[in-house]
Amino acid sequence: MYRYIVNRVLLVIPTLIGAAALVFVLMRLIPGDICVVRLGSGGGNIDPRAVAACHAELGLDRPLILQFLDFIWGFFRLDFGISMWSGKPVAEEIAARLPISLEIAVLATVVAILIAIPLGTISALKQNSWIDHVVRTTAIAGIATPSFWLGIIAILVVLDLSHALFGAPWMPPIDYVPFWQDPLRNLSMAILPALTVGYRYAAVTMRMTRSAMLEVLREDYIRTARAKGLVERLIINRHALKNALLPVVTLIGIEFAFLIGGLVVTEQVFNLNGVGRLFVLAVQNQDYTLTQALVMLTVAIFVFANLAVDLLYAWLDPRIRFG
Amino acid sequence: MIRKSGLAAAALGAALCAATVASAMSSDSPKHGGTLTYMIPADAPPSLDGHRETTYATVHAAAPFYSVLIRANPDNPSSPTDFVCDLCTEMPTPTDDGKTYTFQIRQGVKFHDGSPLTAADVAASWQEIIHPRDGVSSARESYFIMVDKVEAPDATTVVFRLKFATSAFLPSLADPFAWIYKKEILDKDPHWFEKNIMGSGPFKFAGYEIGQSIKGVRNPDYYHQGQPYLDGFVGIFAAKQAVRVDAIRADRAAMEFRGLPPSARDELVKELGDKISVQTSDWNCGNLVTPNHLRKPFDDVRVRRALALAIDSWHGAPALAKIATVHTVGGIVFPGSPLAASKEELQQLAGFWPDIGKSREEARRLLKEANAEGLKFELMNRNVDQPYKYVGTWLIDEWSKIGLKVTQRVLPTGPFFDALRHGTFDVTVDFNCEGVVNPLMDIGKFLPHSVFAENYGGYDDQKEVNLYQAILHETDFARQRAMIREFEKYVLDTQAHMLMTPWWNRIVPYRSYVKGWKISPSHYVNQDLGNVWLDQ
Amino acid sequence: MVDLAPACAPTAVDDTGESPRSRTGIIDFCRRQPLGTVGLVLVMVMAAAGLAADWIAPYSPTENDFAVMMEPPSWAHLMGTDAFGRDLFSRIVFGARTALIVGFSCAIIGGIAGLVLGVASAYFGGRIDLILQRVLDVVMAFPLIIMALAVIAIFGSGVYNVIVAITIPLIPRCARVVRSSALAIREVPYIDAARACGFGHTRIIIYHMVPNVLAPFLIMLTAFVGQAILAEASLSYLGLGVQEPTAAWGLMLQGGAEEYASTAPWIAVFPGLAIALTVFGFSLFGDALRDALDPKLRDR
Repeated sequence: MYRYIVNRVLLVIPTLIGAAALVFVLMRLIPGDICVVRLGSGGGNIDPRAVAACHAELGLDRPLILQFLDFIWGFFRLDFGISMWSGKPVAEEIAARLPISLEIAVLATVVAILIAIPLGTISALKQNSWIDHVVRTTAIAGIATPSFWLGIIAILVVLDLSHALFGAPWMPPIDYVPFWQDPLRNLSMAILPALTVGYRYAAVTMRMTRSAMLEVLREDYIRTARAKGLVERLIINRHALKNALLPVVTLIGIEFAFLIGGLVVTEQVFNLNGVGRLFVLAVQNQDYTLTQALVMLTVAIFVFANLAVDLLYAWLDPRIRFG
Repeated sequence: MIRKSGLAAAALGAALCAATVASAMSSDSPKHGGTLTYMIPADAPPSLDGHRETTYATVHAAAPFYSVLIRANPDNPSSPTDFVCDLCTEMPTPTDDGKTYTFQIRQGVKFHDGSPLTAADVAASWQEIIHPRDGVSSARESYFIMVDKVEAPDATTVVFRLKFATSAFLPSLADPFAWIYKKEILDKDPHWFEKNIMGSGPFKFAGYEIGQSIKGVRNPDYYHQGQPYLDGFVGIFAAKQAVRVDAIRADRAAMEFRGLPPSARDELVKELGDKISVQTSDWNCGNLVTPNHLRKPFDDVRVRRALALAIDSWHGAPALAKIATVHTVGGIVFPGSPLAASKEELQQLAGFWPDIGKSREEARRLLKEANAEGLKFELMNRNVDQPYKYVGTWLIDEWSKIGLKVTQRVLPTGPFFDALRHGTFDVTVDFNCEGVVNPLMDIGKFLPHSVFAENYGGYDDQKEVNLYQAILHETDFARQRAMIREFEKYVLDTQAHMLMTPWWNRIVPYRSYVKGWKISPSHYVNQDLGNVWLDQ
Repeated sequence: MVDLAPACAPTAVDDTGESPRSRTGIIDFCRRQPLGTVGLVLVMVMAAAGLAADWIAPYSPTENDFAVMMEPPSWAHLMGTDAFGRDLFSRIVFGARTALIVGFSCAIIGGIAGLVLGVASAYFGGRIDLILQRVLDVVMAFPLIIMALAVIAIFGSGVYNVIVAITIPLIPRCARVVRSSALAIREVPYIDAARACGFGHTRIIIYHMVPNVLAPFLIMLTAFVGQAILAEASLSYLGLGVQEPTAAWGLMLQGGAEEYASTAPWIAVFPGLAIALTVFGFSLFGDALRDALDPKLRDR
C-alpha cells in the first residue's frame, strides 16, 4: 500500500514539469510578444525602440533557458512572479478573480448533484421506459448544445421575458460583489452561468449514475436482497446506491477539475471577471508569466484531483491495500 | 453646458465633420449630482499611464483624473480647429515666425493631494512626452518631431520652441493622452504613473478593481467653476459587445464611449424608444489595404491598381454602414477636414470611379497585361469583428468579381503585428487610427518605411517623401491643399501603394438622461467628463 | 467548455470474442434502440446534406447580396439571410460539410493515434507504459481551450489548423480508455500462449488485442465526432476557428449570435440548432451502440 502511494505521488512530479515545459514552449512559439500587443493595441503605430525598451523591462531579452529555470524555480517556491501585462503580482491577479469562478463551479456542482443523481437512479430503475427515454434525451441534449449558445439564449430570454412581464428589461449585475456583502445581488449574478454550466455537468453525471446503477443492479447481491424480500427502497439506498456512487463521485471530482478550464467560454458569454476569462486574456496578450501560472494552477488541480481519486480507490480496493 | 451660441458653433462643426446629433440639445442648466456608470470596451488597460499607452482603455479609465494643457473644446469637440485652454489661461499666438508658443498657466490649480500645480509640472510632463529619458516610453514621440525644446522659465509660463513653423503643432499639442503629472513624482520614479494616479482633473481616484471597474469621485477644488457636475463615475470593463449593449438596455450602465455597430444602435432604439439618444460622427480611423510590395506579383503597379479598381466603395459603403462601423467614402484625409477631397476630386482616383463596370473592366485588363489573371492570394486580417472582419469579407467578395480567389487569414493582435513587421503576408488589412484630427501628421502612414517605421508596405519612394516634406512646410492653405491632392493621387492611383476602404463611423447610443457629452471624430478626445451631467 | 471524454465506464471485455452482430443485427438494432435509430437518421441527414451541398443549396454560400441583408425566413430564403445577404439555408448545408470534415477528421485521426498509443502502452508495459502515460497525462491535464488558442496563434486559423488543435486533446482521452480495456486482455492466458507460439508483437496486437478493444473504441469515436464539432464551434466563438467567408456553423454563430440576436434571431438560432442536432444525433447513436455492444447491459 505504501509503495503504491509513494509511487503514485512521485509520478505527479514529471507531469508537472512536463506541463511547465509545454506551456513555456507553446507560449514562446506564438509570433509576436506582449510588447507588440501592448504598443499596438491602440490601433496606431509601433516604435521599434519602445518595443526594445519594453523587452528589456520585462526580461524578455534574456536567454530562454534562464527564463525557463526562473519559472520552474519560482513555481517550486510558490512565487508566481509578476504579470507582464499589468505589472501586478500574478497571485494578486488570480486571487481577485478566483471567488466568482469558484462560486460558479460550486453552484454548478450542487445543481448537478441535486438533479443528476435522483434522475439517473430513476432512469436506471425504469430502464427503457418512457421516463428513461425522456431523461436520457434531455441529458444528451445538454451535452450536445454548445454551452455558449445556451448562455446567449438564456440572457436574451431573461431580458425579453422581464421586459414583457415587468416592462423593463432585467439583466444580471455586471460588477461583482462578494456574497457576504450582498447575497442577493451576488447570487443573481451567479445563477444564470451556474445553471448553464450545471446543465451540462448534470447531464454527464446523470449518464454516469444511470450506467453505474445499471451495472450494480445486475449484481448477484442485489438479486439476493430481492429474493430475501427486502423493501425495494432499502435495497436501492442501502446497497445499490452506495456502490454505484463510487464511480459517480470519481466523475464529479474529475469533472470539477475540468470545470475551471470549461469556465473559459462561459465567463466570456456572461462577462464574469473570473479565472477563465483571465486565462484567455493572458494568452491573447501573450503575458507569459500569467499564462504559465494559470496553466500550472489548472494542471495542479487536475493532477491532485486524480491523485486523490486514485488513492481513494487504492484504499478501497483490498487487492492494492493489502497486496 | 450648451447655450444657444454654442449651438451655432456646433452646427458649423457638424457641417464640417458630418457629425449628427440625434438628441435635442436643450438649453437646460446642468443639474449637479449623480453617478455616471459607463462601459469600457476592453478587459483592462496595460497601464494607467497616458504617456506610455495607445489604447482607449487607458483614456476612458483615467482621463477624468487628469488635466491637460490644451484640448479640443468640450462643447465643440468635432471641430478640427477649435482648441481651448485647460490649464493655460488663453491660446497664444505664435511668435518668432511661428516657431515659439508661450503659454501662461492658471494660478491656484491643485493636485488631488493638495500640492500646487505649476509650470514646472507642465514642462516636466511635456518633456517626458517629447524627449523621454532612457527607459521611459513615450508612445507619441514621433508626433512632436517639430519641437526643439520645452521650458518653464518661471512658475506660470511654459514655452515651446519649434524647429520649424507648422500648422501641425497645435493639434498635436491637444493630444488627449498628454496628461500633466506631478514633477516631484516624475523625478523620483517615472514609472509610478503606470499603476497609480495623481492628477488635477475633475475627478479624484476612488478605487480600481482589477479587470472589473474603476471609480472616481468629484474633485471639489476643480479649477473650472461649477464643474464637474457629477458626484462621481464608475467605469466598468467589458470586452464583449453583447454585454455592453445588454447593460445599456437594462440600465446597468448609461453608455460606452467608443462606438457600437449599427445593429446595436437599432436594437437599443427599437427597445427603448426615446429613453435612448444617439450621436454619430465620422471617425478619424479607417481600414486600408496594404499589398506587400516585396512579394510578387504585388510589386507590379498594375496588379495593385487592379485591386483598387475592383472595389466598389460607393455602393459598398451604404450597405456596409448598415452592419459595420463604416460610413463615408473618402481619400487619405479625414472626410470632415477642409483639406479633404471633394466627391468630384475623389472620382478621378482609382477605386473611386463612378462607373464600377468600367472600373472592373480596366482592372481585368490590367491583370491580363500583368499575367495575373485568376490570381490566388491570402488576405491577412486582425481578429477584431468591427469593422475589420466585415471589411475583409466584403473585400474578398469584391475581388472575386474580377476573378481573384482570395482567402482570409485572421490573426490575434500579437501575431498580427508580428506578421506586419516581418512582412510575412501577401496583402493585409491595415488601419490608420489617429486621435485629434491632424491631417498633416495623419497622412504620414502612407509614407515609406524608411521615413515612417510604421508603414508595412515594404516599398521605398523618394518622390513621395519629397511631396510630403513640401506639404509639411507649406504655410499657405490653398497651396497646401493642392499639394495634398497631388500626394493623394500619387499614393492611391499612380502607384496604388495602399488602398482606401470606407472611413469608420462612430455611433454612440446613450441613455437620454446623460447630458453635456458631445461626440467627436476621435474616441480618445473629450473623455474627462467634466461637463457631463445627469438629467435625473 | 467541452468534455471530450465520453461519459461511459470502460466496458467489460467480452471474453468469448463475440463480434458485433451484423446483417439482421441492423434491423434488430433499430427495433431495440429507437433512440439510436433516431440518432443514426439525424447523422445520415446531415451527412447527406454535406455531401450533396452543391445540388441542394439554392444559392452560393459565400456571395454577398446587399439587396437582401438580414431578411427573415421566406419562400425565397428558407432560413432567412445573414448580415451580408447570404442565404442561411445554403450556408447551413455547406456548413454541414465543414462540420463533418472537422468532426470525422478529428475523431478518426485522434482515435487511431489514441488506439495505437493505448494498445502499445498496455501491451509493452514497463517503462514504455510509464513514459507514455506521463506524456499523455500532461496533454490531458493541459486546459484544452488554452492549447487550442496557442496552436491557432502559432499556426494561424483555417480548417487544417483547427483540426490539429482539436485532435491533440482527443488522443490521450482515447488512449486512456483503450489502455484500460487492453490491460484487461493482456492478463488473459491466450495472449501468453500466442507469445509462446512465437507470434510477433504486431500480429498479436492486431489480431488479438485490437478486436477486443474495438467496442469501446467505436463508441468513443462517435462521441469524438460530436465533441469535435462542439469544440470547433467554441473556437469559432472565440474567433479562432475557420474564417470568413467559409460556411461553418461555429463561425456563423460567432458574428451573428450576439450582434443580431434581438433584431434577426434566425441568424443565431439555425446554426445553433444545426450543431445541437448533429451532436445530438451522434451521441444518441453512440449510446445505442454501447448498449447494443456491451454484453453486460444487453439483456433486460
